[in-house]
Amino acid sequence: MDSTEIKHPDGQLDKAQGKVAPAARSASAKRQPSSKAKAPPTPEAVIELPKRPYRTHGGVHAAHMKNTAASPSEELPVPSRVVISMQQHIGKVCEPLVKAGDLVTVGQKIADSDSPVCSPIHASVSGKVKAIGTLLLPNGAEVKTIEIETDGLQTVCEDVKPPEVKRPEDLLAAVRESGLVGLGGAGFPASVKLNYHTPARQVDTLLINAAECEPYLTADCREMLESPEDVVEGGRFLLRMLKLTRVIIGVEGNKPEAIAKLREVIASRKLEKRICVLKLKAAYPQGAEKVLVKACTNRTVPIGKIPADVGCIVMNVTSVGFLARYLRTGMPLISKRITVDGSAIAEPKNVIVPIGALMSDIAAFCGGFREEPRKVLMGGPMMGTALYTLEYPIIKQNNGLIFMGQSEAAAVQPTDCIRCGRCVSACPMYLTPVNIQHLVQQRDIQGILDINVKGCMECGCCAYACPAHRPLVQFMRLAKSMTAGMA
Amino acid sequence: MENNTPATFSVASSPHVHSGENTTVIMQDVLIALVPAALMAIVYFGWRTVLLLGVCVSTCVLSEYVCRRVMKRPQTIGDFSAAVTGVLLAFNLPPTFNPLLAALGSVFAIVVAKQMFGGIGMNFVNPAIAARVFLLISFPSQMSRWSIPFFYLSRNADTDAVSTATPLAQMASGGAISASYMDLFIGMRGGCVGETCVLALLLGGGYLLLRRVITPEIPLCFLGTVGVIALLAGQNPLIHLMSGGVMLGAIFMATDYTTCPVNRAGKIIYGIGCGVITMTIRIFGALPEGVSYAILLMNILTPHIETLTQSAPFGKEVA
Repeated sequence: MDSTEIKHPDGQLDKAQGKVAPAARSASAKRQPSSKAKAPPTPEAVIELPKRPYRTHGGVHAAHMKNTAASPSEELPVPSRVVISMQQHIGKVCEPLVKAGDLVTVGQKIADSDSPVCSPIHASVSGKVKAIGTLLLPNGAEVKTIEIETDGLQTVCEDVKPPEVKRPEDLLAAVRESGLVGLGGAGFPASVKLNYHTPARQVDTLLINAAECEPYLTADCREMLESPEDVVEGGRFLLRMLKLTRVIIGVEGNKPEAIAKLREVIASRKLEKRICVLKLKAAYPQGAEKVLVKACTNRTVPIGKIPADVGCIVMNVTSVGFLARYLRTGMPLISKRITVDGSAIAEPKNVIVPIGALMSDIAAFCGGFREEPRKVLMGGPMMGTALYTLEYPIIKQNNGLIFMGQSEAAAVQPTDCIRCGRCVSACPMYLTPVNIQHLVQQRDIQGILDINVKGCMECGCCAYACPAHRPLVQFMRLAKSMTAGMA
Repeated sequence: MENNTPATFSVASSPHVHSGENTTVIMQDVLIALVPAALMAIVYFGWRTVLLLGVCVSTCVLSEYVCRRVMKRPQTIGDFSAAVTGVLLAFNLPPTFNPLLAALGSVFAIVVAKQMFGGIGMNFVNPAIAARVFLLISFPSQMSRWSIPFFYLSRNADTDAVSTATPLAQMASGGAISASYMDLFIGMRGGCVGETCVLALLLGGGYLLLRRVITPEIPLCFLGTVGVIALLAGQNPLIHLMSGGVMLGAIFMATDYTTCPVNRAGKIIYGIGCGVITMTIRIFGALPEGVSYAILLMNILTPHIETLTQSAPFGKEVA
């Protein structure tokens, strides 16, 4: 394998990073056979940092359209009103801790729940709670919201102070209080993810997901260009606190400046032996968790399992950068950098917006529309959700806001499947979407179970590649819901 | 549009972008790839080629149109798949074949082999191959009357005077082959309309590969198997590869999306199978040529090959 030249005995683990003596290199520490790379390394194992990505399957070469990669982030002026959703994460929905009429300050915790799989929500503005409302989600469910009328002062809450983190337990508590969720789009509570580092699982690797493979999106790219120190610092902190072996930052090759910048910071802090930047091929979906784990470590996450089961914790690059800032300032997650782009928006740019800001305010800040938007996407165009209104609030895991004009949003009528097999070669999970659609149409439950539709992550490669414009992702979702809860 | 109601957005399932490919473009690419071979066929076999191409394409498209109308299904002649079938069928007929019978074959291809099974994407055998085999069985003498190239220039264009045996037929009867390698490569030999010019077919195949319409697995495995078996049988692999319909079959017929496996391992097995059956018929069979039967049989096996070669999903523990 093309993995490593940098090895040293793991006995040096607890030493301050950068001070690992190359002289301590054990003569017996030979290159690991590739079969061993699958199992989480034992403490005697050597540190392997990949030089080149490992092979992954499928994917599509979607046009990158990273129009905003070179434009520095701008801050959205505090809007007059924000609407904060009670569900900004995977897990239990939060309950408001405030009521109409209450005054809130920036960083004040305004919603939480008693469930561990949950992330508290903080006020992103200072002002007065106007109402506890409801929001219709794109999936048809309803969720409570806290509407805040801003006073424009942005008074910071007195609770906001840097957390004391001495032990891993402190870290988990602090991360929970920070309100951090997976900022790459999934929104999984970070405190739960970091807690996967149990003796049974033996996590050794932190993968920082900076692939950002979705077309249009450059928010993570800007994070790396604007605060590379935070990214490296966050990675270094987790490495030390969770007693991990290595940190791999996976970046798609279409962001050479970000790669150079991160490498520069790593080198200046003498962290090259523990933290590396891996240049991935720029092909969607490099940033999909399981694909990233394979590309960076050659480990395969079994269906129904999580990366921690093969010794990896995967965190989005902006999440890691935020963590470093949170530890420094104590300011919880109240704002987010999002990429605003698409054929309908006048001035595509990266905007730092308070959580709960409405899309209409953001669009206005970006110069309004050059043509009437026909489709509004929360997230990137491959996996994003189409919204039904512009009066929709930003949530924590938003990283893109795409306004598509008439021609870009045009729907094409599907034609008959010609069995060309493009969906099969595009699927990173080695599934056969062409057959799944037939099985769904025939309501063949056993057939669906047999072909492991659960492995589908809905990346959209099949539908992207399909010349007959078949709605394959919808068929996949149908197949999943038809077999939900079955073995 | 909708009276300028700015609050109306279209909502749809992801993904919201597309590669831009569509069936029509793919079929157009196949037609473009067939152009060199068609031009060479017109050079070698003259107006007869034009006649056959015209009859087959128009009958195929017309049959498809009528079928879709009768079955009250959306019209599909616009995707050019019927035109592709027409060209391929014409390519698989002897130059002096009766145009009326060619029309009958075209009707068989579209109505029986394609539309009766549900139209594009649903047929279990390649319509052009099915029609060729139908004609081969129904009109064996008509289907094996070969003309030498440029016969139409001959003073007494009497069919008997200019007919020839194909290289494969010469080989099967143990005689010497009258064509040189160069003749075979550029198509100076008797044979079906579109199968003779190896150079033109390779050009078309290169175009299809370049445009990623086809992947190399099937042609390579098909041709490779034919070559290897010829070597093992002590025969000349180059003559086997450049005569008969193997080039046309491997590049344009066996790669038909609908009737070949969708996965890579399946394509490899399918290609090898085509080669094995072709050579079995050529060496042991009573017929000089077996490409059509080989592809037809492998078409029928395709669902089973797919089931057997189903790849394990990523992360699925292999039992």
